[in-house]
Amino acid sequence: MKYVMSRLLYAILVLWIVGTILFFMFRLMPGSPLAAFIDQTTTLEQQQALIARFGLDKSLFQQYTIFLQNALQGDLGQSFFHRRPVTEVVMEALPNTVILTLSGLVVAYIFGVLAGAYLAWRRGSTVEGIGIPLALATRAAPEFWLGMVMLAFFSFYLGWFPAGGANSVGLEYDSEWTRIFSVDYLHHLTLPVLTLAIYLQGLPLLLMRSNMIEILQEEFITMSKMKGLGSRTIVLNHAARNAMLPVATAFALGIGSAIGGNVVVETIFSWPGIGRLLVNAVSASDYPLAQGAFMIITAVLVAMNFVADMTYHLLDPRIRHAASN
Amino acid sequence: MPQAIEPMGTASTDQTAAALLPHLATAPRRSGLIAMLGRAGNAFWRVPRESNYAKVGLIIYLIFALTAIFADQLVHYEPLEILFADNYQLRRNLPPTTDHWLGTSYSGRDIYSQLVMGTRSALAVGLTAAICVVAIGTLVGLVAGYFGGWIDNLLMRLADIALGIPFLPFVIVLASFMGAAQSNVVLGIALLLWPNSARVIRSQVMSLRERAFIEAARVTGAGKWRILFVHIAPNVLALSFLYTSVAVGWAILTEASVSFLGFGPSDTVSWGYMLQDAYASQALGRGQYNWFIPPGLCIVFVVMAGFFISRGYEEVLFPKLKG
Repeated sequence: MKYVMSRLLYAILVLWIVGTILFFMFRLMPGSPLAAFIDQTTTLEQQQALIARFGLDKSLFQQYTIFLQNALQGDLGQSFFHRRPVTEVVMEALPNTVILTLSGLVVAYIFGVLAGAYLAWRRGSTVEGIGIPLALATRAAPEFWLGMVMLAFFSFYLGWFPAGGANSVGLEYDSEWTRIFSVDYLHHLTLPVLTLAIYLQGLPLLLMRSNMIEILQEEFITMSKMKGLGSRTIVLNHAARNAMLPVATAFALGIGSAIGGNVVVETIFSWPGIGRLLVNAVSASDYPLAQGAFMIITAVLVAMNFVADMTYHLLDPRIRHAASN
Repeated sequence: MPQAIEPMGTASTDQTAAALLPHLATAPRRSGLIAMLGRAGNAFWRVPRESNYAKVGLIIYLIFALTAIFADQLVHYEPLEILFADNYQLRRNLPPTTDHWLGTSYSGRDIYSQLVMGTRSALAVGLTAAICVVAIGTLVGLVAGYFGGWIDNLLMRLADIALGIPFLPFVIVLASFMGAAQSNVVLGIALLLWPNSARVIRSQVMSLRERAFIEAARVTGAGKWRILFVHIAPNVLALSFLYTSVAVGWAILTEASVSFLGFGPSDTVSWGYMLQDAYASQALGRGQYNWFIPPGLCIVFVVMAGFFISRGYEEVLFPKLKG
């Protein structure tokens, strides 16, 4: 319990430090944050009024304390570009990102675990000789390039899938849920999910394979062989189950890092998620929005690191023991 | 994406550390820095002979290195030169011909020449970033592992913070904050990717610290720093090298992603820049595979070569993982 509390406090500390770094980074950025608001007709007085409205006339330290207070209440400021609260804009994009990431990860991990177990079982065969370099190659391919190839082939050449966005233009839905479960949405989701899955499956595959190989050499496997169990039973019921633990931890870590890495996939497919929001906000010097999007991505990453820590802690008694000493 | 900068076999840290020990124990025990470096060097050359993965990886690296060195001789045109035909028409979107091996881009530039020149910036970014990452990682790992206590605590908490920052978004923000230059991309990579190698090297150092030959060095009166850099450091060089070969790949991938998103320098031709150019000029819709396939394949090959090398070294130097 003490361990859980200390990790939790630690996660909060990381968030606070990242928030602070971000705050000062964006304040020190070159160019006036008001650029998005000012045009040729804005008078000097209006500019002053704007500066006062956004609190930019206060000292940096005062701005920082205000920022912290607001952030604690879930208020991340006003987007310059959207002219709406940042929290609102970010929360609209978050479900799209979460759905994309989770679907991609689930597909990648189901495939990776099965393929990894299979390769471990067929160790030394030609299948393995081809499978491993192939898995390494997909891990080496840039996500955005995979996306480009998918788009060019499946969308532009074959015309099977739409080229971008999350919904066809002009369709309206009663609620967020009907939108997300509509066929149209799934149709748009397919290519980005496939791209993400191809990129992500390498890690679970290789991890599963090396765990399996290690476990297949342990005594209880020899024991099962001596009991006369078939190799299929041994691989599936005995080895695979034990080899899954580290993969489960990798999954939690994967959610965190994939949400950060989604930036490029979302941009390629114009997927209205948080990564694309961040890229657009940074390009448009929309500092509050960029800061808010970055904070949310960080929060997910830190939370997932925490979850991974906890699963490991719960599942592996050796680590639990070491921590309590 | 880059959080898992682990060597490809991906065993846990402790296993990697433990697996190195038998190899060290069998090595002839000579003292002195030269002998230590000599042993590390032997290990370096032993690997490509014993592992096909390492062999293939090193050959790919060699090909790209030669391309980068002789890029000026290999290109047919200036990579950013806008080409016109004799009738003053822009030579845009040409398919591959003997004159333009990979055709021309929408703005009338020779794709093959861009690809060759891109090798240079890819390797430059990849190598500098990887060396920075692993140098920081090794140094932190050595100091944290050897001194322990509050120094260790502080450094490892810093590592946790670095791992808590989303990698690609951070590099993008940094590049837009400090200006679109490759040095800033390298800086971003160096700032966030060192913890992975630092953690592994730290645990390696912690087990080396307790071993007899270190005790012997201590008894003969060697100082802390001498023990750390003369007796311990050479024993973790193989690990550092393993991480360098993977980090080169991550750096190249990151640089390409950043350039693709439009936060890279616009006056340097890189593979990421080419892909961004192709995407923005609707090469996908026109099916100009000759434009956007080659740069992507080049990235795949370089990054994969790094993975292969690290895998080969793991197999030979940490044989437990080979199974």
